[in-house]
Formats: sequence, C-alpha cells, structure tokens
Amino acid sequence: MTILIDSQDSNNKSLQPKGWLRYFSFSLDHKVIGIQYLVCGFLFYLIGGTLASAIRIELTSPMSDFMPRDIYNQVLTLHGTIMIFLWIVPVVNGAFGNYLIPFYVGARDMAFPRLNAVAFWLIPPSGLMLVASYFVEGAAQAGWTAYPPLSITTPQSGQIIWIMSVLLLGGSSIFGGINFIATIIKLRRPGLKLMQLPMYCWAMLGTSLLVVLSTPVLAGTLILLSFDIVAHTGFFNPVLGGNVVVYQHLFWFYSHPAVYIMVLPAFGLVSEILPVHSRKPLFGYTTMVFSIMGIVVLGLVVWAHHMFTSGTPPWMRLFFTIATAFIAVPTGIKFFNWVATLWGGKISINSAMLFSCGFIINFVFGGITGVALAQVPFDIHVHDTYFVVAHFHYIVYGGTVFIIFSSIYHWFPKVTGKLMNEKLGILHFAITFIGFNLCFAPQHWLGLNGMPRRVAEYDPQFQFVNQISSLGALLMAISTIPFLINIYASIKNGKDSGDNPWDALTPEWLTTSPPPVENWEGEAPLVEEPYGYGKPISK
Amino acid sequence: MLNKNFYLILIISAVFGISFWIGFNVNLLPVEASINAPIYDELFKILFIIGLIIFIGMTIAVVYSLFKFRKRKDQFGDGIALEGNLSLEIVWTIIPSIIVLIIGLYSYNIYDRMGGMKELNHSHEMMKSNTEKIWAGISQTSNNEVANKNLSVEVSAMQFAFLFNYPKGEFISGELHVPVDHKVSMKMESKDVIHAFWVPEFRIKQDIIPGQPTILNFTPTKVGKYPIICAELCGPYHGGMRASIIVEEESDYKDWFNKNTKTEVSL
Ligand code: HEM
Ligand SMILES: [Cu+2]
Ligand SMILES: [Cu+2]
Repeated sequence: MTILIDSQDSNNKSLQPKGWLRYFSFSLDHKVIGIQYLVCGFLFYLIGGTLASAIRIELTSPMSDFMPRDIYNQVLTLHGTIMIFLWIVPVVNGAFGNYLIPFYVGARDMAFPRLNAVAFWLIPPSGLMLVASYFVEGAAQAGWTAYPPLSITTPQSGQIIWIMSVLLLGGSSIFGGINFIATIIKLRRPGLKLMQLPMYCWAMLGTSLLVVLSTPVLAGTLILLSFDIVAHTGFFNPVLGGNVVVYQHLFWFYSHPAVYIMVLPAFGLVSEILPVHSRKPLFGYTTMVFSIMGIVVLGLVVWAHHMFTSGTPPWMRLFFTIATAFIAVPTGIKFFNWVATLWGGKISINSAMLFSCGFIINFVFGGITGVALAQVPFDIHVHDTYFVVAHFHYIVYGGTVFIIFSSIYHWFPKVTGKLMNEKLGILHFAITFIGFNLCFAPQHWLGLNGMPRRVAEYDPQFQFVNQISSLGALLMAISTIPFLINIYASIKNGKDSGDNPWDALTPEWLTTSPPPVENWEGEAPLVEEPYGYGKPISK
Repeated sequence: MLNKNFYLILIISAVFGISFWIGFNVNLLPVEASINAPIYDELFKILFIIGLIIFIGMTIAVVYSLFKFRKRKDQFGDGIALEGNLSLEIVWTIIPSIIVLIIGLYSYNIYDRMGGMKELNHSHEMMKSNTEKIWAGISQTSNNEVANKNLSVEVSAMQFAFLFNYPKGEFISGELHVPVDHKVSMKMESKDVIHAFWVPEFRIKQDIIPGQPTILNFTPTKVGKYPIICAELCGPYHGGMRASIIVEEESDYKDWFNKNTKTEVSL
C-alpha cells in the first residue's frame, strides 16, 4: 500500500534532529506532530488566557475604564477565536489524536503523514496572522460569531484577516479529520475489530465525521461574507437585499457541531483515563459507542437553538428544542457509564483522576444549564447574556480544558519517560477547580438578572458579583504556575516512569516510554481487550 | 442488604428534599413585571429543581466513589471486572428520555401560554401593507385583552439607541411609556446592525433585525421603571445601548401621552 511507503519516510532517522530539537523541526512522525500541536496550542492558550484576564480586569468596574470600548470588543473577539480555533480544537483533536490514534489502531504512523504535517503547519502562521491583525489597524471586533451586518461595517482589514485565518484553520482541521477517518478505518492492524478499539478512536471517528461534514459549510459562509465585505456583494448585507439570518443558519450549522468537535474527543480521552486509574473495565462499551454516534447525528440537527430570538418560525423553535434536549440522553448515558466505571474500583487519587472527576462534575453542571437553554421560553430570557457565557465556559473549560490537563498528567510519562510531581499536580487541580467555579458560577446569576454579554460597561448593581468572577479568573491564571513549574521540573529531573507506570492495557503503553520512531520495535501488539482490568488474562 | 437500601433511600430523599427546598426558597430572578414573567418563572423553578437533583446526585456519586473506592496502601490488583449491565443501562436510557420528553412538552406548553406559538404573519393592525413579511416574535395576549385596546408602538433601533414611535400621537420618544395591564404591540425595525430588545423583568427578548421587521407583544403588570437592554453585540457602545420602559397607571400614561402629542403638534 502506498500508505506504508509514505510512512517509511519518517523512518529516515538520519535526517531527523535528535532529542528535544526533534519536536521543533519538520517531521512526519505522528508523535512529534502531536506534541507540536500540544505545545503550539498551549502557547496560544497563554495568549488567549491573557486576553481573558484583560477582559476580567475591565469588568471589575461597571464603567469602561481599563481599555477603550472598541479595543474591548477586539480583545473579546480575539479571545474567543484563539481559544476555540487555536487551543481547544487543535489540542483535543490534533495533539492527542495524532499521538494516540496510530497506537490504538496498531499502525506505525497516520494514513497520510505529509497531509498531517501540512495540517499542523497551517496553524502557527494562521494563528500569528490572527494575532497580528490586532496590531495592523482595526482588528476584528464583531465577536467570534462575526454576525453581519456588524462584521461588514466594522474595520475591514481586521475582519478580512480574521476570515482568512479562520479559513486556514478550518482547512487544517478538515485535513486532520480526513486523516483520522482514513487511519481508523484503513490502517487497523489485521485482526483488530472495530468493536475492540479504545473509546478515543470512536470519539475521534465521530468528531472527524462532524469536522468533515460541517467545516466546509463554515468555509463557504465565510467566503461569502468576505465577498460582501470586499466586493460589496449582497449575500448577507441587508442594504443590498441580503439576509442576515441566513448567515446565522450557515454559521451555526458548523459552530454548533463545533462544540461537539471540542467535547467528543474529551469524552474519548476521559474514557481512556478513568479505567486505568480505577482499575476497572470501561463500563458499557457498546452503549458508549452508540451514544457517540447518537451525539454526532443529533449534533448536526440542533443548530437553530442559537437563533431562538432571531425571528425563526414557531415550528422551527419547537423542533430544535426537542432535538437539542434529546442530546442529553446519549450524553447522560456516557456520564452514568463513567460513574459506573469508578464504582467498585480501586481508585488511585492522582492528578489525572482528579481532573477527570472535576470534568464530570463541571460538565454535568454545564449540561444541565444546556438542557435548560434548549427550552425556547427559557432561552428567550437568557440568550446573549452572561448565563450563556457561564454555560459554555462550563462546557469548554470545565469540560474540555479539564480533560486536556488530565490527559497531560496521564500521558506525560509516555511521552517523556518521566513521572510528573503529584503534589504540584494536585495543587494545580485545587486552584483550577476553585478558581473556575468562582469565576463562572456567579455569571449564571448575572445573566438571569440582566447583564448582557459582550459588554465593557454594565449596571453598577452587578459590580460585586463581577469582582468575585474576576477573582476566580485570577486564581485560574495563577493555577498555570504550578503546572508550568511541574512540566519544566519533571522534564528536567522527574523520576523515571518506566514504560508503563500505570499498568495500563491500551497499546501505547506496551512499548517503551518514550516510544521509538515507528512505535514498536517488532510487530504491533494485538490488544483485544483494551480495558480488561480485573480479568485473569490481563497480567 | 436491608441496611444498604435503607441508606440509599435516605440519601435519595435527602437529595430530593434539598433540591425542592432550594428550588422553592432561592430566587435567582428579578421581579416579575409582565404576565410572561410568572409563567417563565414556573418553568424556571421546575428546571432548577430537576437540575439540582441531577447535579447533586451525580456529585455525590462521584465524590462518594472517590472516597469509598480509593486504593488503600495495602491494596493491590484490580477492581471487579464489571463490563456492563444491560438492564441498568436500559433504565438509565429510558428514564432520562422520559424526563427530557416531559420537559420538552411542558416548555412547549409554557411557550404557548406566553404566546409564542401564535401566528404573527397575518393582518397585524399596524402593518401598512399586508404583503410586508413580518418575522415571528412573541405574541402575548392578556386575559382582559378584550376590555383594553392594544397600544401600538413602533420601535426603531440604531447604533446606539432605541426610538419609540407612537403612531397615534405622532411623536417619537426615547423612553418607552406604557400603561399597566395593557397589551403592548411593538413592531421593531433596525436601521443598521442587529440589536435586541430585552427587558429582564418581563422575561422577553427579541432580536431587531435590519431588513426584517419583528413583532413583540407583552402586557406589563407592575408599575415601575425597568431597563431596556440591547442584547446583541452591535458595536463599541453596545454596553451603553440602554433605554427605560416606564410602566405607569393609565391616567399617568394618558397625561404623558397628551403632553407629548401637544408639544409635537404645536411645533
Ligand atoms: C482561561 C479562562 C477563561 C476566562 C477567564 C474566560 C473569560 C471570558 C470572558 C470574560 C468572556 C467575555 C464574555 C462576554 O462578554 O461575552 C469570554 C468570552 C468567550 N470565551 Fe472565554 N474565558 C476563558 C477560557 C475560555 C476557553 C478555554 C474557551 C474555549 C473555547 C473560551 C471561549 C470563549 C468564547 C467563544 C467567548 C465568546 C467570545 C465572543 O463573544 O465573541 N474561553 N471568556
Ligand atoms: Cu444595540
Ligand atoms: Cu447592542
């Protein structure tokens, strides 16, 4: 197969730099690319986090006094765009997907290693372009949703660069998605059945389907939008007879599934982590697989719940309410299964476990407010308020970011051969968990009581609660310090982890840590029971 | 075994008890000032209680597992090799489905009572021509609608202000004055970008969309002054785009109305 020939390029060891430099060069090795995604994403996370701090500083007082109002909108737009397109999506998909999927299917690399490298290398330049647009003059300031006509009438250079950048990032994720689908379907080692794959493969299969089906719609939409801006066409411009609500339909056709592009991989990752640290099989494998596919199908038909106040007809509101609320069923199944995985286990309380359990609690909370938001009459009051901001940060931060940290603690020994410091890890968890809840829980109240989102100034009665929220954000910022120290110190002089410190059964642990260039010295092991804990054959 | 079930029942009743108590005693919403508001709050209460039960229940399950099943120092080996339990999984698929379905139907009912399912496109009294397409909004009808004549207002939104046109008085106001207990029908149009009309105390919101007029009807029930907030990002001063709605007794409203009409006419 051509695929195999291609992957042998990465075997060209003599051309590859050694040691850590390997990670900063052009490489076709899926493991190197995975780490490149992670490091690159994390750098953007620090930028996005700094912007979030700026927003929260502005909001400690009711007046717009920390930065001018249009700068505030630019910072807000940049924060949202960076966090979504340069941190969460590339990391839960690109970073972990690249690192783990070839191991899980028993392959030596991804199906298309060159495409894989292209997908990654699109990210740094388009990310830098996005950040640079802030300094050019007139950065994008229409929010990450870029609704016209606002996005047509704001400074054009910034908005155009924003569109270009998001298009390139979308291209990157489509390339990635195609690669994951091909790898999971085509590169499985002989004898490995689909229903024996670790759950993260299923999650990535579902996610990649969403990516491939919905991202092109976003691309098309943004291209039409850029025509409206540059060539004065009238697709979305009401002055020229365009329809602004159509943009919203098209935009959310991608951007609602995008939430699942951000959380489904996290669902997959947590399904790998919980069984290992509770020494029990993943509960309900088959229902887990079906619930992922259920989420994929439902995820594609619920977009209009973002438009309940946009003047959609009543029947549409009804349909989208019911469809949205029903996503709670497959999602709920997964959460029950995870708790059942913990139940009766021999649980090691470590950083990875704590972040995963924190994820369960935060996500259940965000899921509940999500079901509430699905109800049209409920949504009408809180749409575009801080209630929504709180809800989606519970999902994306309390959910996905928690799992990213959990995964870093879990797989760090695999990547480096070193253990991370547990004390610092638990400290990191504690500050993050407290800071996160302090920051976002009070925002529900703000939204219910009349604070709209995306505002630099607000009614003075909300000041105290905003200050609590900002205090939480400060704690979250502080929480990265023990984490960064831990990473640095553990790489420098962490204890040797051995090949398989957790006694895990999934394939990536059945090779050396760090793994050799083509993953296994000999033939890839055939793992028929990736979660066979507590069974006699497992040892 | 009996003991175990006893504790389980105890915990479940405690979770329900606490959730209901919080649901009924903690009020997270602003005052109710329209006939929509109590209907909305009824839904909110139900969702809040169900949400609390699930959240507290799941949290207890997770935290309990972490304590109860944590690995002690002298323990080695694995937990039980439990891979699934079909009947359990069927139960926790069906029960949430039923809950979700009931919530959906109930909120449909609430929405209907709020007037959301009303057909809005035909013969609205203030439409100039019946061919103009009006986009849906909420159309709340009060019980004593028959007794009261509707008040029609035309709202235009622009960066960064709301203007209220009273067609009968032929004047434009920056403040929305309405008589209490009267149904108000608004036709809303935007001059530039998308804005939104939100009155938290009324629990209603509707986007104001350029090129596509929307309708919003409501009936205020409480005299007072409430903020009108733009809830859709509309530019740098979006946060400052506010106006007030003044709900007053009918006589006060008449005074205000006549005063404005006169000044406009005398100009
Ligand atoms: C590091 C902690 C974070 C803090 C303190 C934070 C804080 C904020 C704040 C204050 C806003 C403004 C809300 C508004 O006025 O609409 C905001 C918006 C937003 N945040 Fe975050 N955030 C954080 C992390 C994240 C992450 C991880 C994501 C990942 C997707 C994210 C995605 C967004 C989005 C999409 C918006 C909306 C931007 C827009 O309205 O255009 N945030 N965030
Ligand atoms: Cu506005
Ligand atoms: Cu606005």
